[in-house]
Amino acid sequence: MAQAVPAGQKWWSGGKSPFNVEYGKLMMWYFLMSDAFTFGAFLISYGSIRFASNGWPDPNEVFRAFPGMGETHLPLVFVSLMTFILIFSSVTMVLAVAAGHNNDQKGVTKWMIPTIIGGLAFLSCQAWEWTHLHGEGAWWGLNPFHNADGSAASTNFTNFFFTITGFHGFHVFSGVVINVIMLIKNLRGDFAKRGHYLMIEKAGLYWHFVDLVWVFVFTCFYLL
Amino acid sequence: MSNIETAASHHHEPTFDTRPIWRTFWILLGITMVELVLATIHLKTGFPPKLVVNGIYLILTCAKAFYIIAEFMHLRHEIKNMIMTIAVPALLFVWFIIAFLWDGDSYKNLRNRYDQHHAEQSKVKAPTEEHEPAAKKPGSPE
Repeated sequence: MAQAVPAGQKWWSGGKSPFNVEYGKLMMWYFLMSDAFTFGAFLISYGSIRFASNGWPDPNEVFRAFPGMGETHLPLVFVSLMTFILIFSSVTMVLAVAAGHNNDQKGVTKWMIPTIIGGLAFLSCQAWEWTHLHGEGAWWGLNPFHNADGSAASTNFTNFFFTITGFHGFHVFSGVVINVIMLIKNLRGDFAKRGHYLMIEKAGLYWHFVDLVWVFVFTCFYLL
Repeated sequence: MSNIETAASHHHEPTFDTRPIWRTFWILLGITMVELVLATIHLKTGFPPKLVVNGIYLILTCAKAFYIIAEFMHLRHEIKNMIMTIAVPALLFVWFIIAFLWDGDSYKNLRNRYDQHHAEQSKVKAPTEEHEPAAKKPGSPE
């Protein structure tokens, strides 16, 4: 880590890793960079189409339902719950990484389980939301919601919503699968045998990235 | 393992401090709460104009992104060269966002000016049938 490096040390003189990061972890960072550009391209195209439109549906009218509450007007409540779930599972993931740093196999198990549960809870919430919107007649190519000013809306809104949240949900799903694999490997003692828990750190980077993307999806679709 | 050693695989600190993690969690939670309160106030009173509220949302979103990347993903504690290889390409987003949103806005203005039909059509109110979930089956034409 940065603090441990003596001043004036030559990073590029060979014999050591110039970024002071293990290869796989560095490559995970670069993969996440490329993934960030994919999500960025999606969100920016959403933004430019929205800027190019005379009208757009009001998110507070579209996303106003909550499970088991019937016909309600509760904008932002359900999506806030989803946000809390994801932030919290991010925290338990960091705690798993911290436990890995201390070579604490039990601690990694203890914190990986709530992380996986959080991921599954988020996916369930999303499944409910999609089902609810589909029940209202929204889908790719179908938009039952009018623009905020009452004029007829194009299907751009639903197309972007389902594509981007779907792509994000797919990332959450793969993150859960990766975390389950990490949990199994940890329970088998693979990392304890190896002597380090860098795999947990790489899975953690991916998981935090999923949370990071959600922060932007949340703002772009539900707040703005 | 390769024989090139990294400090990350050799922990000089025996304990990993978990206090900053919880602090970051409370910060993220707090920012989200502020966003929600702001959204609710705007919805009820319409007081801070939409443009101002949106600006605040964007700043708060960037703050949340910073905390997640810096603390949860630990990037703040890596060495500077490595941070730069991540941060500098990410700056492309600044250009992308400005350029594409500007372009979208320009397209809208040009179309409204030269395609009067489009401009008028987008002002027409849609028939206000209260959407009944049963009546509108998915798969039916628009």
